[in-house]
Amino acid sequence: MSLTLLTYLVVGFTFAVYVGIAVATRASSTKDFYVADGGVHPVANGMATAADWMSAASFISMAGLIALSYNGYGGSVFLMGWTGGYVLLALLIAPYLRKYGKYTVPDFIGERYYSDTARVVAVICLILCSVTYVIGQMKGVGVAFSRFLETDYETGLGIGMLIVFFYAVLGGMKGITYTQIAQYVVLITAYTIPAIFISLQLTGNPLPQLGLGSTLSGSDMYLLDKLDLILVDLGFQEYTTTLRGSTLNMLAFTASLMIGTAGLPHVIIRFFTVPSVAAARRSAGWALVFIAILYTTAPAIAAMARLNIVDTMQASDGQALLIEEKPAWFENWEQTGLLKVEDLNGDGRIEYTADPQTNELTKLDNDILVLANPEIAQLPNWVIALVAAGGLAAALSTAAGLLLAISSAISHDLLKSTYMPSISERAELRASRIAMAVAVLGAGYLGMNPPGFAAGTVALAFGLAASSLFPALLMGIFARGISREGAVTGMLAGISVTLLYVFQHKGIMFIPGTSFLGDMPPNWFFGIEPNAFGVVGAIVNFATAFIISRVTSPPPREVQELLDFLHEPGEAQ
Amino acid sequence: MRLEKGDIQRMAEFDNKNARRAQFSAQVRGLMLKLLVIWFVVSFGFGILMVEPLNEIRLGGYKLGFWFAQQGSIFVFIALIFYFAAAMSRLEREYKEGSK
Repeated sequence: MSLTLLTYLVVGFTFAVYVGIAVATRASSTKDFYVADGGVHPVANGMATAADWMSAASFISMAGLIALSYNGYGGSVFLMGWTGGYVLLALLIAPYLRKYGKYTVPDFIGERYYSDTARVVAVICLILCSVTYVIGQMKGVGVAFSRFLETDYETGLGIGMLIVFFYAVLGGMKGITYTQIAQYVVLITAYTIPAIFISLQLTGNPLPQLGLGSTLSGSDMYLLDKLDLILVDLGFQEYTTTLRGSTLNMLAFTASLMIGTAGLPHVIIRFFTVPSVAAARRSAGWALVFIAILYTTAPAIAAMARLNIVDTMQASDGQALLIEEKPAWFENWEQTGLLKVEDLNGDGRIEYTADPQTNELTKLDNDILVLANPEIAQLPNWVIALVAAGGLAAALSTAAGLLLAISSAISHDLLKSTYMPSISERAELRASRIAMAVAVLGAGYLGMNPPGFAAGTVALAFGLAASSLFPALLMGIFARGISREGAVTGMLAGISVTLLYVFQHKGIMFIPGTSFLGDMPPNWFFGIEPNAFGVVGAIVNFATAFIISRVTSPPPREVQELLDFLHEPGEAQ
Repeated sequence: MRLEKGDIQRMAEFDNKNARRAQFSAQVRGLMLKLLVIWFVVSFGFGILMVEPLNEIRLGGYKLGFWFAQQGSIFVFIALIFYFAAAMSRLEREYKEGSK
């Protein structure tokens, strides 16, 4: 059976499962549509949260990002940042918002800050970060289709949209939750199987987490020591010790990703679906368990695949790889443009070095690491087909969660809570379905015509969530004195500072040529790169909110009562 | 105004309830603080600030600082959340039993 046919079968089977689940889990009320009737088991919700959370970027790009762009240790910012946020979420945010017991994040911000303005500002921040995020997922769907199923990008995107449209519009949060569980199973299987094989081949240890710390098969040299040695030999920096920028930059980067994680609405609303406050706490733990299975495997894939690539680049005589001895996977991926070689000095060999003057492996895309992993490890075709299905599952599950966050902000926060309070439950359910349909179409359109800023989108989404929503939520729960004026100016100041910093270095809306300060380390504020700036925006947000609250009138009594209720021991009665 | 016997009892109960609420809040704050310190130390501390000295120590093939940054901190995060969930349930149970 050909690889393409096999891939169609595997992907087609997973899509049939998602559609089947959608039919079985139609939403019949707004509570179904927004929070799956609040009846999801904490372990099931943990699994759904993991799929919701792990996007195309986590699945396809992260291992390569760690291994290549961030040269090993520097990539730790993603590993710690994207998991450490769950500790903040579980301790400080999720249980309190679950106790509050409503449907959306702007719901809480609007009531706690007793102001429609605060609610609308929260909706704007939510839509800004969710839309930038969803474009990346849509692109992921299109790319996965075109690469593995040999359709054009647009057709692939269209099929993906159709599937999401079906289960998200029909089932809302309920449909999304149960498809996300299925998608988690698909993506984690697809991610770990090649990792187990590659770890076995290199170290003889089937657990990649242990294999990474083991000796290489048939040698008493540790894998990581070998990698350090070889890379330094080729002129690269040591894999296990090289900082990303400076220590301060790594601290800021990690902190920005952590608080961004704890402030992303599509993750927070998942915790509204469990039956109790205690369940919300446990569920965050389970979510992190399911996430950690991938996140502790990723650094192993990163180091092992990097080692394999370096090994491949050496011919049997110890010299650089002869062009005519290139392995088959090399040629497959050259066709996609993710990998490029150029025999600069015409000696018939491909030299891989850190020096751009002599390096003949001129393009080595981050995504290669995960995508080509099964071929590099010479695994059977069904594993390659599984990786395709896994990448699609990761992109679709995150896209659906984001689309729900966007559509519920529109139908619930803007229509029901702000502009049409008299709308009936049936009409609100219909409105939420229409909002979802519009959101899917809008995301599809942006996926087809990605705006200039789409390249930096996922990092931007974290910066925005970190600098606007996280501080507003944290102060909303723990700082009784913050007034509506403080919260609104804080959110606006935080998000403006972050956007301004990103734009001045990366270009206004990422349009090349409009960056008035240039994207280079000497111009960075204390050497903090734009992607790591969310934490500075958050500090500005906190400071502004505290200062403004001191000079405006304190929150009214109802807010104090709301906070008493949130901090009351035990469940909501 | 004359205080009836029942009033005094009710006031005492009210004070008692407030005191227990305050105690519960203090316990929760202490718990959170303790766990957030650990959270900070294993990631920002061991993984970034103290990574160089820790890298002198080996854990099999791992340099210890590198291990915390890429594996260890994640395992600790999981433990922190489950510990927090269990400790909060215990504190809430004790509070409820004290209220009877």
